[in-house]
Amino acid sequence: MTASDTTAVSDAEKLRYISQQAADARVNVEIETEGMTLNIGPQHPATHGTLRIITKLDGEQVVAAEPVLGYMHRGYEKLAEVRTYPQVTTLVNRIDWVGSFANETPFILAAEKLMEVEAPPRAQYIRTVLHEMSRIANVILGIGDMGVQVGAVTPIFFAFRDREYVLNQIEAVTGGRFHPNFDRIGGLKDDLPAGWIQNTKNAMVKVREFCDQIEELMYGNEIFQARTRGIGIIPKDIGLAHGVSGVNIRGSGVDWDVRRDGLPSGLVYDQVDWKVWTHPDGDSYSRMWVRLQEVREGSKIVDQLLDNIPSGPIMAKVPRIIKVPPGEAYVETENPLGVMGYYVISKGDLHPYRVRIRSASFNNISIAPWLLKGVFVPDIITILGSLYFILGDIDR
Amino acid sequence: MSDVVETEDAVEVDEVREAQLEALGSELGDAIVETFVKPGDDIWVRVSREAWVEAATVLRHELGFGFFNFLSAIDWMPSPYGRDMDSQVDVTLEGAEPKEPEPMEWGYAGGATRFQMLARVNDVTTARGVTLKADLPDDDLSIRTWIPVYAGANWHEREASEMFGIDFVGHPNLRKLYLPGAFEGYPMRKDFALLSRRIKPWPGIVDVEPMPGDDDGDGNGDGNT
Amino acid sequence: MTVLSIELAYWQQTTLRVLGGAVAVLLPAGTLVYIYLFKLMSFVQSRLGPMEAGPAGSLQLVAEVGKAFQKEDIFPRKADRIVFAAAPFVVLMSTFLLVLVVPFGPDAWFVDLDTGVFFALAVSSVSVIGILMAGWASANKYSLLGGLRAAGQLIAYELPLVLAVMGVVIQAGTLNMQDIVLAQAEGEIFGWGGIGNPFILTQFLGFAIFLVAMQAELTQPPFDMPVAESELVSGYMTEYSGIRFLLFFIGEFATAGVFSMVAATLFLGGWWVPGIDPDSNLFNVIGPIVMFAKVMLVTLLIFWFRFTYPRFREDQLQRLAWKVLIPLSLLNIVITGVLKVAF
Repeated sequence: MTASDTTAVSDAEKLRYISQQAADARVNVEIETEGMTLNIGPQHPATHGTLRIITKLDGEQVVAAEPVLGYMHRGYEKLAEVRTYPQVTTLVNRIDWVGSFANETPFILAAEKLMEVEAPPRAQYIRTVLHEMSRIANVILGIGDMGVQVGAVTPIFFAFRDREYVLNQIEAVTGGRFHPNFDRIGGLKDDLPAGWIQNTKNAMVKVREFCDQIEELMYGNEIFQARTRGIGIIPKDIGLAHGVSGVNIRGSGVDWDVRRDGLPSGLVYDQVDWKVWTHPDGDSYSRMWVRLQEVREGSKIVDQLLDNIPSGPIMAKVPRIIKVPPGEAYVETENPLGVMGYYVISKGDLHPYRVRIRSASFNNISIAPWLLKGVFVPDIITILGSLYFILGDIDR
Repeated sequence: MSDVVETEDAVEVDEVREAQLEALGSELGDAIVETFVKPGDDIWVRVSREAWVEAATVLRHELGFGFFNFLSAIDWMPSPYGRDMDSQVDVTLEGAEPKEPEPMEWGYAGGATRFQMLARVNDVTTARGVTLKADLPDDDLSIRTWIPVYAGANWHEREASEMFGIDFVGHPNLRKLYLPGAFEGYPMRKDFALLSRRIKPWPGIVDVEPMPGDDDGDGNGDGNT
Repeated sequence: MTVLSIELAYWQQTTLRVLGGAVAVLLPAGTLVYIYLFKLMSFVQSRLGPMEAGPAGSLQLVAEVGKAFQKEDIFPRKADRIVFAAAPFVVLMSTFLLVLVVPFGPDAWFVDLDTGVFFALAVSSVSVIGILMAGWASANKYSLLGGLRAAGQLIAYELPLVLAVMGVVIQAGTLNMQDIVLAQAEGEIFGWGGIGNPFILTQFLGFAIFLVAMQAELTQPPFDMPVAESELVSGYMTEYSGIRFLLFFIGEFATAGVFSMVAATLFLGGWWVPGIDPDSNLFNVIGPIVMFAKVMLVTLLIFWFRFTYPRFREDQLQRLAWKVLIPLSLLNIVITGVLKVAF
């Protein structure tokens, strides 16, 4: 393979790309319409916040699309430099605000790696359970939201209804529905409340019921399939070169999941029997399909972890005032939206010297200009919905 | 803690990573300035500025590191405003008066200049990554773009450009990504004063919470009242 | 004219018809919004819906209307003011024109046109003009896209709608709505006249096509591309607020009600129920109620689809109209014609 192959991987994809370009050119020559610039966002119901996409349209076909970011940029990388390590979790909670516990995990793991501390087994289990529950809460909402994007109003209400069971459990143990700020270097803030394990298992049953329901209501619907199948195909190589990760790349048939491959120490996914789902098609439908399977698999992971949760302390021996020894560490975990990592440089101070936040949606959405070329206006929404981003995760 | 990782931790010399490093070395030759391997953890490679794109090409096309993870930069000059939080001495109430910066210390795989490129790519089949660094001389903060190799570098380079003032040669669209168009200065540089800290200095470590299972109240020297 | 054996003067008839028309349009619209949009939708989505205003939220509609009246009537600066202001009225006008030809009893009708079906289908298209006006005059790209989509869609679905009705017209042998009702009341199924012959039985294909095309004409999901709040931010309605938005809103649901009346008249026997002589004066009283019940049945289908289905894409919608519905309805006409000649 050479560098010139970056735009197409197989002959079929090459052909598709060429024919798309040709179709563009033909439309322009035949009808000779003057293009229209349509500004989608920053205030638009399909942009999950304040993403703005400037599209050049020819009729309803997109000639060029250019996302404009920064309406929510909060400068967490800079702010993290003037905060102590425990304080940073409060910031990073707000990156992906629907699956916030998962944002804390990689940062805390990176700090633990630098300090060479390891959380006790019980803390690791609870951490993994909460990580997985925030994934469930996040992805359920994403699935319901996809329904709204393609015009079905009902799935989002099911999603909100059943996400509440999960959020209630997260709240019961952390005290926060959205911003738990519960992870600590060396362990967790608190132990589980009484009766929590059984309640969580009940919530997981509800989650699986939701999956069955939504599979019949949405995934089985012919219109939904017609709207999503073959739309927004991400070829493997192009996706990887853009840094597309998580479900979006597994939907393109890449069998890679940080929970299984390259699992950072401090999470216990290797103690559980579970499966990484992939789908070969790479289109919007396959991404949503993999997402649904992830929710199912996640609920099973939580169930198994809760069955085997060991007893013991939830906090390792760490000094009260945390000074992290000098060094550099990069820890990535499989977050609801994709691979999230923190590159932490420490100089032995109370605060990190430099934190590079690798957030999933930033990379996932960077493929959008490539994907949106040549599609129709309704497909913009389908593709953005199926890429499933959270604005805080793009703008950090 | 898994058994696999435990055994990996115990390894003194990480053969797989050393082999990868050797492969990279045979392709790039002198372009590699310094390397560092943490057994069972990661590889750091510092390449020369000229070989920045070549290193990426070799990594992607020869060694199978197809996944672009992130690209950014590091400013190694300690902040002239002090560390903002280590001691009350650092707190400047009268406004931002720069002091003489402390000497620079570099991280893994060393360094020679104030600004350093930082990038990471992964091999998804083996789930291993490589962290790349490259020094940028102070008088010429420019480097060639990675876009032809890793298309995803586009936005990362725009971000690094606006945050650190690095020029990416060959980038088709090096506009500001996050900041408003007329924004002056490069916020992620260490000498860019964080205004909120200047206006309201850091109060000290007052918010240390009690450890779980530790009920002897006040801790050690944290300024708690 | 005689209604319930009472001789009415012309002005009395006119007043009665105006009032009746308003009731016939607005009553189903209000009921639909409350029962289906508020309550059935909430039930489908496992929530309660409005509960505060009145018992079980039954006065919510009043609150909504009151809110719309209080709001400022905003005109975008670059809007074409006259066209912008008139557009909602054009849409609503088409609804009121449509209800004119619907019979509610042997003598309870507004206008008894011999070309009733023809008139109904013609005036139902007037709303396209209103929507195009709204889309164009808003000076908004989303509105423009919405308006154009609406135009393309309504024109495409006009055809299957007309062709689906053709079967009924062939079978009844008349274009007069009143006579179509009577034809169903007096019809026989293989010599048995117990339930008459509602055309839904013989024209089931036509009924199905009519329903689909009606759904598209009403721009209800899965055919709501002109509105498409997740893409076009409500399309042609984007710039409307207050009372004018309310008019569009009423227009949407009133048209759903009135179209269902047409469907009920053509396929479900209109104001007639089996067991009572269609010439009976009783129908002047219970006819409207029967009609209302049938309308609620048809609209239940419309709204059920609305709450369950995702939205088509514009090209998929056109494909459905031209490649599926129109050939099917032509086939329906051929079969109906052949059978009409054969029997």
